[in-house]
Order: sequence, then C-alpha cells, then structure tokens
Amino acid sequence: MSTTVSSPRPGTPQPAGTDNGTATMSAKPVGWKTPVLLTAFGLIALVFFGLLAPNQTASFGISTSEDFFQLPALAVNAFAGGLVLSILLLGLAGYAVYLKTKGRPAPGWLTITFIVLFVAAFLIWVVGGARTPTISLAGLIAGSVTLAVPLVFGSLSGVLCERVGVVNIAIEGQLLGGAFTAAIVASMTQNPFIGLLAAAVAGAVVSMVLALFSIKYLVNQIIVGVVLNVLVSGVTGFLFSTVMQANKAQFNSPPGLDIIEIPVLSSIPVIGPILFRQSLVGYLMYIAVLVVWVGLFKTRWGLRVRAVGEHPQAADTMGINVNATRFWNVTLGGAVAGIGGSFFTLVAIDSFTKEISGGRGFIALAALIFGRWNPIGAFFAALLFGFADNLQSIVTIIGTPVPSQFMAMLPYLVTVLAVAGLVGRSRGPAASGIPYVKG
Amino acid sequence: MVRVLKLELRGITKRFGTLLANDHIDVVVEPGQIHCLLGENGAGKSTLMNVLYGLYEPSEGDILIDDKPVSFRGPGDAMAAGIGMVHQHFMLVPVFTVAENVALGAEPTKAAGFLNLDETRRRIKEISDQYGFDVDPDALVEDLPVGVQQRVEIIKALVRNAKVLILDEPTAVLTPQETDELLDIMRQLKSGGTSIVFISHKLREVKEVSDTITVIRRGKVVGSAEPSAPTTDLASMMVGRAVNLTLDKAPAKPQEKTFEVRDLTVIAPNGQHVVDGLSFDIARGEILAIAGVQGNGQTELTEAILGLQERVSGSVQLDGKELLGRSVKEVLQAGVGFVPEDRKVDGLVGTFSVAENLVLDLYDKPPFAKGISMSPAKVLENAKARIGEFDVRTPSAAAAAGTLSGGNQQKVVMARELSRPLRLFIASQPTRGVDVGSIEFLHRRIVSERDQGTPVMIISTELDEVMELADRIAVLYKGRLVGVVPAGTSRDTLGLMMAGIPPEEHAHTSQAGPATATTTASTPDAEGDDYV
Repeated sequence: MSTTVSSPRPGTPQPAGTDNGTATMSAKPVGWKTPVLLTAFGLIALVFFGLLAPNQTASFGISTSEDFFQLPALAVNAFAGGLVLSILLLGLAGYAVYLKTKGRPAPGWLTITFIVLFVAAFLIWVVGGARTPTISLAGLIAGSVTLAVPLVFGSLSGVLCERVGVVNIAIEGQLLGGAFTAAIVASMTQNPFIGLLAAAVAGAVVSMVLALFSIKYLVNQIIVGVVLNVLVSGVTGFLFSTVMQANKAQFNSPPGLDIIEIPVLSSIPVIGPILFRQSLVGYLMYIAVLVVWVGLFKTRWGLRVRAVGEHPQAADTMGINVNATRFWNVTLGGAVAGIGGSFFTLVAIDSFTKEISGGRGFIALAALIFGRWNPIGAFFAALLFGFADNLQSIVTIIGTPVPSQFMAMLPYLVTVLAVAGLVGRSRGPAASGIPYVKG
Repeated sequence: MVRVLKLELRGITKRFGTLLANDHIDVVVEPGQIHCLLGENGAGKSTLMNVLYGLYEPSEGDILIDDKPVSFRGPGDAMAAGIGMVHQHFMLVPVFTVAENVALGAEPTKAAGFLNLDETRRRIKEISDQYGFDVDPDALVEDLPVGVQQRVEIIKALVRNAKVLILDEPTAVLTPQETDELLDIMRQLKSGGTSIVFISHKLREVKEVSDTITVIRRGKVVGSAEPSAPTTDLASMMVGRAVNLTLDKAPAKPQEKTFEVRDLTVIAPNGQHVVDGLSFDIARGEILAIAGVQGNGQTELTEAILGLQERVSGSVQLDGKELLGRSVKEVLQAGVGFVPEDRKVDGLVGTFSVAENLVLDLYDKPPFAKGISMSPAKVLENAKARIGEFDVRTPSAAAAAGTLSGGNQQKVVMARELSRPLRLFIASQPTRGVDVGSIEFLHRRIVSERDQGTPVMIISTELDEVMELADRIAVLYKGRLVGVVPAGTSRDTLGLMMAGIPPEEHAHTSQAGPATATTTASTPDAEGDDYV
C-alpha cells in the first residue's frame, strides 16, 4: 500500500485563481441608508435654513481681542447663505445617490463635508434669527474644546478598556469619582496637583473593581459597570451632603489649576486659544490622545492589547497573559477617566456638587463608538459633542427663535444620530464584553 | 547541524474535576520523526497536546526534552523549549496582518517598545520561499483562504525555531488537495529536521505520512503501530472492537422525484449571496449527498429549506407544494425531518431530559399532549421505545441530554427526527464528532430510511462519508453548485470540485498547471475509498 506513485497530480487551484467567477460573493453591498439620510437632511436644510431663513445678516467674529493680529468678522446674509449651503448639501446627497446607482458607497470625505456644511448652515440660520445676530466663532470653538475635555478622557478610557475586551460602562462613575476625589484632596492639601493625582487614583480604583468582578469572577460587565455608576454616585452624594456641605472651606474649596498660556502661540487667531491656552488637564488631553494612539498602533504593548481584545486565545497561545493585560489596561483606563473627572472640580468649576459629571460618561461611551474605537476618532467625536453642548448654551444667550429646551436636546440628538451609524457601521473589538476562560 | 529534540511524555495524567482526560500516557517522539497520535474525537489527544504546549498543567507526570525533565508554566515556556503548535481552530487575529500575527508575543522592537516588523517580514518571506508557501506578510489574515491561514500558523512556529511541531487535526478544514499539500509540507519539514506530532483520526492520512503511530482511546495509550499496519487493525485499535468499515448498502431504487429545488438563492445579512441559484432534485428512495468544504453555503441551504433564513428567493417544492415562505412548523408538518449540523446548539436542549428532547417537535400533539397539558407517561413510554430502538446509551430517560456523549446525543436527535412518517429527510453533518461505532449505526439508519422510499439529503464536509452514503453527489462551492456526479466518482475529481473546478475542466487543469506549486507526491491510491 505504501508504494509512492510519482505521478503529476492534477493541478492544484490557487485560491486567487478560483475566485474568478465569484465576484458577487466578495462584493460588499452598498446600502441606501447613507444616500437617503443625506437627501433627507439636505431637504431639511433647504426648507428651514434656506427658504424659511430670516433676511438678516449673521456675523461671526473670528479674532478675539487678545490675538496679535485681527481678522475681520465674517458676515453672511442668513437667507442667501442658507440657500447656497443647502443647495450644496443637496448636491452632495445627489452625488451619493449617483454613486449608489453605480454600486459604489459614498466616500468618507463626502459624509464629513456634508456634516460640516450642515452645521454651518444650521449656525447661520440660528444666528441669523437671533435678537443679536453676532457670535464669536473663536469663542464657540474654544468653548467646545473646553466642554469636550472630560468627554475625551472618558472615551480614551473606553478605548483602553474595550481594546482589551472589557466593556467599560462605568466611565460615568470614574469621571464622578475623579471629580469628587480631586475636589476633596486638593482642598485638604491646598495643592491642585495632588488633587489631580488623587483623581487618577480614584478612577483607577473604580476601574479595578470593574476589572476584578468582570475578569476574575466573570460577572456580566455591563451589570458591574451600571452598579458601579450607581455606587459612586451614591457614595459621593452622601459624602457631599454629610462632609463637604458641613465644612465647605476645608473640604470643598479646591484651588484650581490655572490656565497656562504659551506666549506668542496662544495669540494665533482661532487655534491659539484651542491649542495653547489650556489648563494642565487640557494639555494632558492632547498628549493622552497622541500617546494612546501611538501606543495602540505602533508599539508592542498596543499589538498585544489589540490581540487580547480581538482573539484572546490566540494571544494566550503566544505566551501573553490575557487576564493580566486586561486587568492593567482597565485600571489604566480608569486612571485616565479619573483625570478627566478632575477637570470638573479643578478647572471648570471650583467646587464639587452632586452628579457633577451629569451623564457625560455615557456621552463619552457614544464618542468611543462614533470614533470607531480609535483614540483620534474618539477625540473628534467628543469634540463634536462638546460643540453641540456649547452651541446650545451660546444660542440660548443670544436669543434664538428656537426654544432653549430644544437646543438643550441637541447634544443628545447628535449622539443618537452618531451612534445609529450615520458615518458607516462600526466594528468593535471582537472579544469585547466576553470574559476569557482558559481551555 | 540543526539541533534536534527528543521529546518524551512520561505518565501524563490530566483530570478535569472527576473526569480523567489523560490517564498515565507515555509517548516518545524521536528526533526527525512524524509521530501520529491516532484516536477518536474525545479520546484525549488535544488535551494531551495542550498539556505539552503549556496550556494545561498536568495533574501528574513529566515532560522530558532530551531526557531532561522540564516544566512549562505557559505556552511561552513551551515555545522557548522549541515546541510549536498549530491548533485545530486557528489562533490568528483576523484583523491583523500576517506579519503582526507572526510577531505577536515575540515582537522585534526598536527603542521604547516601538514595533519593528521588517525583520519579521523578511523571515516570513524566507520561510515562505523555502517551502513554497506563497504567503504575503502584509495581507490581512481575514482575507486569506483557510489553507493559507494554516501555513501562517506553521510559519508562526517556524519563526520561533520550533523543533517539534504539533499539528492538531490539521486536515479537518482542508479540501483533499490542500490536505495533500499539507502532507507534502510535513515531509519537507521532516527532512529539514523538524519533528512533527500529527493528531488525527483519519486513517488514510495517518498511514500516508507517519513514521510511528500511537493509538489513544479514552485517555489511555492502547498501543502503537507501524503505518504499514492494515487499516482495519488501526480502526479496531482506535475504537476498541472490531469495526465494519464498509457499509453494506443495496443499490438505490429511485422512484419519482418528489423534492425539487429551483434557483434557490439566499442572501446573508451582509448582502452576500451565500447560496446562489441552486437547482437540484431528489427522488424517493435516493440519497443525495451535498459535499463541499465547510462554509460554502451548506448551513444556509438547509436553513433556507427549513424556513430559518430571511432573504430567500427561488422555489423549494416537496410533493408539489411550495415550502418557501412557510413557517418552520409548517415545513416540519409537511413531513420534513431535519438533523441540524450542530446538535448542541440547534438539535437538543441540553438541560432537558432525553425523554423531553425526543418529543421536541411533537410535544403539543396527541398522544403527548391532551389539550393544554402534557402527558408525561406517554412521553416516557415513547422515550423508552426510542432509546431501545436507537441503542442510546443513557443512564435513564430522565438524564439531561447534555450529559450524554456526542454519539449518543446524535442518536437522540436522529431518533426524534426519524420517529415520524417523513416525506423528506435532511441530515447535516450526521456523524460529526461521533465515535466510529455510532457512525456505523447512524449510517445504517439513514440508508434504511432511504429504502423505505424517503428522499434523503445528506450534507457532509467529510468526503469519506459522502462517498459512503451517496447515490448521487452534489458539490457546493461558494454557494454554487459545481456539479452533480454519480456515486463512485473518484476522490480526486470530487476534491477538485470542492475547490470550485467543474468536472469537465479537470483534464485541462492537470496539464496547464504551472500553479501546481508542490512537487511530486503520492496520490491517494487505490485505497482512496477507505473508511474513516
């Protein structure tokens, strides 16, 4: 039987060669969702921001008085501007429909351009209809960044956790824990830097509880996260009423972190205040985004982290300790969120109040998904939410025809649209939320 | 001179709670040998190899390398000692490139932990050229065919200078041609000085490539054999009793065609045409076997017939009535018996008793139900009859179905589906993970169902099973029918069809084959229709 027949075997098909007749199998389908949504929003823009726009001039200040040179304010007639922009929007939507009929998906730049133009049209409409049709664009953007800081830290925390396969619903609790601890420690030591460090530790401790229960005891990660949020809210609320309220001077008057202006650079119009007129926490945010991105995609640590989140068994068989990697990454994520929490009490407001994080941990979670589990994506997503938040308060001040309650819904409306997949479907780490058990 | 390892496992015992998975196993892998561990599914081969690879800690026993005892606290230690493993389910991160997967765990870095994959790419190219692997270091693993993914796994081990390579059921996911290529690669690796531990239950492959065979049964070594030993001897050693390897089956007596499928197309949620314009029919008293490598639309085909798929077009007619668009219940009532491919997920409720599982489809009908109440006595009576008839080895009819062995679970599913009058019988992977003894029995039951005049459709990725049972063979590739050929078509032809090449093109391909990568090799010879 074991006679070896040395005959030329029938040809072995190479995989590439056999794929010829199967173009329909590999072609990804192009859905109608994006073209239809774009068209709908284009029409909304045309009717409201174009045809129904007031015939008034909206003025956008670009420079602030501190800039070293002044740019003239941008003045646009609301009716004309809205009309032009909405026609551009419909043009883009039409192009997406055209691409769909050719079986091609709308490219990413198209959707992004659409969003930018839509926001611009919306702005012109809102400002044009206001009692005082003037806002400072520079202030609007700088304020957006400020409001986005905790969101960015929160979503970075989410990135760090989900990339190793642990869902972090407890971002809200980590932000709140960080805010509380920063306030109380900074008050007692009269040193905001120690407060900042303590906030990181507090966030990390909350995260360690999440890590312990979800990794070691295999408790459902969502449930642990939700429970932690409620727990942190309860504990900080209780301590606030009993300790902080009783002795505000000693426990709830933290010295703030000052705004550090970098000379010259901070006077560049628009980008100066964004990049070079920030608190320590603000600068840390930019650094953290870059460090996490470089770390995840360019280093050994990142490769291992991503492997653990995508295919833990594979990582294990390559000698990587899956659960230890998960534990420390989740802890690190908590520390990052804790620093974000300190922004509330050390930079934005100079004391702690109950529920000071106000659900921003959940918005951060949305930013994480909208940003496709990528630190830079999450950063821009958080910025968008910060923008919506800031716009809401500014247009309320200048007095718009839209009731302020509707404006207050704006950030959440943007969140829903974003998470519903306006910018394509996101795919998270494959093993996210699944505990790893050997064997 | 290449360093060669002698590997010895001495008295390895592994317990999981009360379950004894490995019982004092002794194996010696001599340097430069292909050593086969032969055993049925669940015999304890994979557990043993996971112990050797440091994934499990042995309860007792020693691992010796070059006669010195070693202990592995994890796969990292095993790799450092020169042991590499290709798992049955690949340990590759789908969204990583080949280079990233190969580097993982032993990443070359520049300063401060920054990755430097150039060296990895160079090594992949080197190994790829040496063995004719044709692997692109920058391709995403999820885009690669299964056969190539397996080579990436082998490269992973070789980059780490593995001197002993463990291959765990490596041929389970391959077409027959890919299997032949793999056997060639194994021979090449051996001549390069790498020892191989080859885990398999497929006798033909084992006989073709092994130097030594160790047979494992129920966690124990039951003996060793030479590859020249007769197939039947190896099979009975593996199973523990004499087995009849050939199925006695009378020629089919096909009657009128009562099951017709026309232009059946199934579209997956991602928009792919997973079943693409299938047309075939089955006559009463005939077995049509659907062959093909796993994942070529078999699952969706059966689910479409049963009414479990959403986006389906075309027509499926049984006895002249359309089945598409009807609920699963209506399809079952039309007389369709269905054995799903994964009995644990779709075939049984593991926590329910055997008796309850035997009436899952009839529980609401007399005699098992009276109005809204069930009749436990009738259910039990039915269970006793079926357990006897199908020789289900269970402690009692009340035992939870999930506690039975794979073979006995499958008998429960089969008993349920065959216990009512059928107009069509569909069995998907009827013997996957089932011991050889039960396979015999299940095959005989399928044939007797055919002989009662039921049209039978068998879906199997095991070519041996297809050739054993089929009266006609249809081959699926990427959701399309490559062709329908009579029983007795050669293994080579079927293998090529499974790779998407229609039978009429074969002559052409075998001559114009510059792409036929791997050199001369032994063709599966006259014994091609071996069982197992």
